[in-house]
Amino acid sequence: MTDRLAALGRFGLSAIASLGRSGRFLAGTLIGVPKPLTGLPLLARQIYSVGVLSLAIVVVSGLFIGMVLGLQGYTILSDFGSEAAIGQMIALTLVRELGPVVTALLFAGRAGSALTAEIGLMKTTEQLSSMEMMGVDPLRRVIAPRLWAGFIAMPILAVIFSVVGIWGGMLVGVEWLGVFDGAFWGNMQSSVDFVDDVINGVIKSVVFGFVCSWIAVYQGYDCVPTSAGISSATTKTVVYSSLAVLGLDFVLTAVMFGNF
Amino acid sequence: MDSSAFITLKDVVFSRAGRRIFDGVSLDIPKGRITAIMGPSGTGKTTLLRLIGGQLRPDSGRVVVAGQNVPALKRRDLYHLRERMGMLFQSGALFTDLSVFENVAFPLRVHTSLPEDMIRDVVLMKLEAVGLRGARDLMPAELSGGMTRRVALARSIALDPELIMYDEPFAGQDPIAMGVLVKLIRDLNSSMGLTSVLVSHDVPESLSICHYACIIADGKVIGQGTPDELQSHPSERVQQFLNGKPDGPVPFHYPAGDAGSDFGLAGGLV
Amino acid sequence: MANRTMEIIVGLFMIAGLAALLFLALQVSGLSPKPDSASYTLYAKFNDTGGLSPRGRVSMAGVTIGTVESISLDTDTFQARVVMSIDADINNIPADSAAVIRTSGLLGDQYIDVSVGGDMDSLKDGDTFYSTQSAMNLERLISNFASGL
Ligand SMILES: Nc1ncnc2c1ncn2[C@@H]1O[C@H](COP(=O)(O)OP(=O)(O)OP(=O)(O)O)[C@@H](O)[C@H]1O
Ligand SMILES: [Mg+2]
Repeated sequence: MTDRLAALGRFGLSAIASLGRSGRFLAGTLIGVPKPLTGLPLLARQIYSVGVLSLAIVVVSGLFIGMVLGLQGYTILSDFGSEAAIGQMIALTLVRELGPVVTALLFAGRAGSALTAEIGLMKTTEQLSSMEMMGVDPLRRVIAPRLWAGFIAMPILAVIFSVVGIWGGMLVGVEWLGVFDGAFWGNMQSSVDFVDDVINGVIKSVVFGFVCSWIAVYQGYDCVPTSAGISSATTKTVVYSSLAVLGLDFVLTAVMFGNF
Repeated sequence: MDSSAFITLKDVVFSRAGRRIFDGVSLDIPKGRITAIMGPSGTGKTTLLRLIGGQLRPDSGRVVVAGQNVPALKRRDLYHLRERMGMLFQSGALFTDLSVFENVAFPLRVHTSLPEDMIRDVVLMKLEAVGLRGARDLMPAELSGGMTRRVALARSIALDPELIMYDEPFAGQDPIAMGVLVKLIRDLNSSMGLTSVLVSHDVPESLSICHYACIIADGKVIGQGTPDELQSHPSERVQQFLNGKPDGPVPFHYPAGDAGSDFGLAGGLV
Repeated sequence: MANRTMEIIVGLFMIAGLAALLFLALQVSGLSPKPDSASYTLYAKFNDTGGLSPRGRVSMAGVTIGTVESISLDTDTFQARVVMSIDADINNIPADSAAVIRTSGLLGDQYIDVSVGGDMDSLKDGDTFYSTQSAMNLERLISNFASGL
């Protein structure tokens, strides 16, 4: 019994210590503006590897999710004779929820884990140490561009996901199942609001982008420098990012869309 | 001792994971000379270099480099000081996503604003010095262990630092490369007045180029002096290390419990 | 040069993101690039707004002519006060027109339908609908019908 209690206490303390370390790590990374001349090419390279290379999986998932929404929406709504509302249903689900959330989950699996493994390996092979010894701060040189890249790439990926999803829903609803396309778009336009829905969705994905890349780079930087350490850090990145995204999504949804 | 010490360690105590690695180490490393640091594997030679570079902080004691107390330096000042140091890591630690050329060019690009053709000249010159000018377009994964270390050496001297620390530069080198490296280290020192710290197990090689040597064991400096002084050092432990005898006061084993209990012989080894 | 290609691709990626956002703005949320001033405000008071909600549709003969801005309670009369913004093009709604809350389909959204009157004067910015008809409440309708028997 007391052993369990002690274990719980140990766990709590180490969790708090780790949170504190990650906060200090974040401050060290973000303090000081990177020089635009050297910073921008580094940032571009990272946006390429976390953003552009994630595009394929995001587009394909978006397309299929949109098509499934179209199909499911049609079967449910046609029972009430209001299948024209699928445009509205697809657009709202994607723009408010599925776009930001699914993109963030895909991002954590595709880009977040890669970031952690890359940084963890750099640590294990002493590349970060040797950079420090050359008088270059790895937090600014290695970590900061990756953090910013995730932050920038995520909303872009999320809006692309939503657009492709809506297009996929239209493909199924309008082209295949024969919903009148004027009604499809008209319903959508009258129910989706730019600020309340689209912009709030983008804000969600900005938050997710920040949290996911923070978790990913921190886990890499803090990993135990062995192959087992890297593999457990990579797993942690995916698990923690997914949980953080789902939990934050609830909070953000309550704040943005709840009418209290 | 030498009045113009570039690095001074005073009563440095350092423990890691509950184990005391240095227990009051005091050491002076003279400016413009080659100092060899020797000792059994796992005594903390690499740790010593990291203390000098400010990557680790001693529990107590002072580490003074170029007149600055390293553990007390602010982040920015520490990074400034490090620009004047070069360090060759035991593993090489090349940036795996950059080619050999870019690896050597890295410190130049970060710390100087030299035009591209100057950078090219400097990089090729440094690579030539380690005999790898032809390997400039290879990626680190395509290099052998010895080549990796030589590229890393070229990178650590790219900025012409005042202090250079070599962690095992000779490991994994063939006799020719070894000869070239010995000559290179000596030339760097004599032509540019570099202060060099050389960590190595290679007793004859190290003693042949260093001006000054120091042997660490059991968390203490057990002997220091010029190579000649060491050869005729009265301490039994120094003699054991220099001549590589397995039996003697310097332990070969990492601290361990009684062997008998580990091997399951309650009565101890017969 | 490889760097350059990569930077161009990243640029394209960001443009794709902007284009997607633009698509969401124009095609999905129907945001028109017209400035906001191209609308005017009308008011109406209802005894019961039912499920009407802000951003709901205001239509005339089935054509959308504006949106519901806000719904609040008038504490003097205990009626709901609905603020609508009407497209500026529709500037000749007869002053005796009625605002009626209707349901699209059987279970669909509720919206305001303007049923046209015959007055020569027309409603102007800030005017209030003279006559209104509240939401049809299915439950009340049934109970009225039952008690009337
Ligand atoms: N990250 C660490 N955590 C805990 N202990 C460590 C760590 N790194 C090194 N040590 C311990 O510190 C001691 C000194 O290590 P160090 O790497 O400095 O040895 P070394 O003298 O360079 O050995 P070698 O000649 O084999 O390179 C070792 O006994 C090792 O067990
Ligand atoms: Mg070592």
